[in-house]
Amino acid sequence: MAHEIYHDPSNVTNPEHAEHHIVSPLQYCMVFGTLLVGTAITVIAAYIDLGWLNPVIALAIACIKAVIVILFFMHVKYQSKLIKMTVGAGFFTFIVLITMTLSDYISRAWGMW
Amino acid sequence: MDNVIATHPHTHETAVPAEHEHVVLPQHRHHFETEEQQREAGSFGMWLFLLTEIMFFGGMFFAYLLYRNWYYPAFTVASNQLNVPEGAANTAILITSGFFMALGVWAAEVRKKGLLVVMLILTTVFGVAFLGVKADEYHEKYEKHHIPGSSFSTAMFTNPAAYGLKEEPLAPDMAEHTQIFFFLYFAMTGMHALHMIIGIVILFWLTWRAHRGEFSAGYVAPIENFGLYWHFVDIVWLFLFPLLYLINRHPLK
Amino acid sequence: MSTSVPTLHTIVSLPDQSTATLPKKHYINNEHGLLSWLLTGDHKRIAMLYLISITFFFFIGGAFAGLIRLELLTPQSDLVAADTYNKFFTMHGIIMIFLFLVPSVPATLGNFLIPIMLGAKDLAFPKINLLSWYLYLIGGTLTLAALVLGGVDTGWTFTTPLSTHYLNTHVLTAATAIFIAGFSSIFTGLNFIVTIHRMRAPGMTWFRMPLFVWSNYAASILMVLGTPVLAIAIVLVALERLIGIGVFDPAKGGDPLLFQHLFWFYSHPAVYIMILPGMGVISEVISTFSRKRVFGYTAVAFSSVAIALFGFFVWAHHMFIMGVSNYSALVFSLLTMLVAVPSAIKIFNWAFTLQKGSITFETPMLYAFGFMGLFTIGGLTGVFLGSLGMDIHLTETYFIVAHFHFVMVGGMLMAFLAGIHFWWPKMTGRMYPESLSKLAAVVTFIGFNLTFLPQFILGYLGMPRRYAAYPPEYQVLNVLSTAGATVLGVGYMLPLLYLGWSLKYGAIAGNNPWQATGLEWQIQSPPLTENFIETPIVDYEAYDYEWLEKKQREEVTTVG
Repeated sequence: MAHEIYHDPSNVTNPEHAEHHIVSPLQYCMVFGTLLVGTAITVIAAYIDLGWLNPVIALAIACIKAVIVILFFMHVKYQSKLIKMTVGAGFFTFIVLITMTLSDYISRAWGMW
Repeated sequence: MDNVIATHPHTHETAVPAEHEHVVLPQHRHHFETEEQQREAGSFGMWLFLLTEIMFFGGMFFAYLLYRNWYYPAFTVASNQLNVPEGAANTAILITSGFFMALGVWAAEVRKKGLLVVMLILTTVFGVAFLGVKADEYHEKYEKHHIPGSSFSTAMFTNPAAYGLKEEPLAPDMAEHTQIFFFLYFAMTGMHALHMIIGIVILFWLTWRAHRGEFSAGYVAPIENFGLYWHFVDIVWLFLFPLLYLINRHPLK
Repeated sequence: MSTSVPTLHTIVSLPDQSTATLPKKHYINNEHGLLSWLLTGDHKRIAMLYLISITFFFFIGGAFAGLIRLELLTPQSDLVAADTYNKFFTMHGIIMIFLFLVPSVPATLGNFLIPIMLGAKDLAFPKINLLSWYLYLIGGTLTLAALVLGGVDTGWTFTTPLSTHYLNTHVLTAATAIFIAGFSSIFTGLNFIVTIHRMRAPGMTWFRMPLFVWSNYAASILMVLGTPVLAIAIVLVALERLIGIGVFDPAKGGDPLLFQHLFWFYSHPAVYIMILPGMGVISEVISTFSRKRVFGYTAVAFSSVAIALFGFFVWAHHMFIMGVSNYSALVFSLLTMLVAVPSAIKIFNWAFTLQKGSITFETPMLYAFGFMGLFTIGGLTGVFLGSLGMDIHLTETYFIVAHFHFVMVGGMLMAFLAGIHFWWPKMTGRMYPESLSKLAAVVTFIGFNLTFLPQFILGYLGMPRRYAAYPPEYQVLNVLSTAGATVLGVGYMLPLLYLGWSLKYGAIAGNNPWQATGLEWQIQSPPLTENFIETPIVDYEAYDYEWLEKKQREEVTTVG
């Protein structure tokens, strides 16, 4: 066996040779601003009667905020596929919990109590 | 049979050494081959822990989903008892805290010790401010007898006119269900606050270590990974705020 | 090995070990003193600490099983009052599930072997590994505290509103114990996932890993994603008891079924957490003692992950009669049929591994054969129970009890024993007495069948579970079952005795007494603290028995 440096094709230490990207303060400022604006919109929209759209808008804005915090504040945009898949797996399992449990409640006495 | 396996001498190089700067930090743990491996493993481990937190809060989110749908009138009037200015301010405070934490991570990455310490302190200050506002809100609930348990009173919901409220009175059994709303309010924000308290304690420890220069020589993993935790706690609040405070704030029909 | 037969040669007895010696330095004598064990980061030492702890709790749980069977000798509730009997089966369930089965293979064999199998020096987070053990001990101590203070009688399932409103026993203590033990499980799983993804040796691709690692990986995913939901369910029960908020109280508008949804969302994947690592052991044992690579490696690997994935979608089959809607029950019943498929795939693949293999009957293999038969029966009866119509009649009867004991005891516990016997030489450097161990395996098998086969019949005839008293016509079968339990108890005591004996008096094992493939068999027994002198490079497939056979032939021919 050669004793020079072994080139490991399935290099687990840095599989995607991801350069360690440093997110800039400017990007952080833009995210910060967006989050504050999103909060303002959520509050304002809550005081306008939009029927069933109200909770939808509020949750949609919350989801967008969560996504940009995850991608930028938590650096996931610049991380390996493994980390991205891990985040996805977490939310997937959460969705399974919600939807499969809902499958029971939605088919009996939904909102009729 | 002992020399069966091919080996290579234990070195710090892996695939192509020229691409990475190999820093052997004092915090390098020897069961890892390289610094990158240790850092990636730490990050990955923290994310897995955050997954457990998603599932933990998930149970309470489902309970909220269920009971909000079953007892919508009760949840509406109970939610209107929460103070939107305080809630919105807290949201802004926590977002700002997260912003400073992100800047702190940047400061550690570019090795600016002073800036890192300042950012960690600001993160802590805003975190404590959040808890202060929360404490004020909880106190208000205590005074109005809206803490679930033996002292809970539905008087404000069965007879709102007597308290100067413009809402319709609820039937007594629906009014009882406001207790479930407040239980979920205290359980979810309480669990969130507990996570914040733990985070603040860790922040004190990290700030002290940062002040001693432990994180301005290339070893950023604890700051990075704590940042992940702190941002996650922030995200939980970003969902709690609209769900708990803004159920039905438009002028009542 | 003194023959030079050109064809595949069969090992009919263990290789000559008379010249094997214990290595001078290994992980046990590397450091001395109690603190070097209690504050260790070495995954192998932590594994041994776990082994001692779970054995301790296993025998306590077993004692409760003995008490249950003793009470059920007679139709009347004459040994103990019904309330006390409830405490027996509750403590038996809690201890056996949370303090024995869930950590059994992962925390002992997994901790010990996974880094070695991957070519790593340790797990990713050694300190968290140690924390995991301490959390386990705290959970165990709190369980014992609940026991000593008077016990819990809710059943291990803590079903609401019984557990929240109608009992005055030490539910909170037991719930806290399980909450803490759950974190032990989460941290173990977290450690495994990071290690398997990020600490494999050069050349060790995913599809060159031993199947034992795949199984533990799948179980670890379940541990990390499922256990927190149990945690929140327990917290809500505790809050309900402490403050009475009504989240599970119908009188206040709550739904007791919500608890069950949250509880079973974990507890169904929990059964896969318990069985998957055992299946990993069986893959290793069957291939070694058939001298053959596992048939359909990829299928077995993917089936582990499939079991983990599907396992998240079927939990309400524990709730068919509890008030879930018919439509929901239909959906969960259909999905339950699906989840049986990957398990069946494994059984087929093991069977095909055996075919045309050079099979020998060492003790681990005896346990593995027991596993294959008993797990198949247990699994098939699970399919019966997954079918909605049958479940309505069979649920909450002894049929269920028999079903899960077949998969958990006939399956998982046998796999655990197979693994302990298989890797005992590696972990301790000693062999156990083979004839005694074979006897114990046979005794266990006989005792198990005598205990639990009658329970299928009892359940089918309608005897309910969790009852201290029963109609007299069920007595004969109950007596048979208790007799079997006595035999089973003997079968489990024997390994404790001879394995302990072997630590001092057993034959020296040498590196590879079973002539098995796998990185763990290439290093000394017991291993060095750092496992490998140099990081291995892996350029061969798993279970490469042809390569091993070729190597031995070459070795022999060069001597002459």
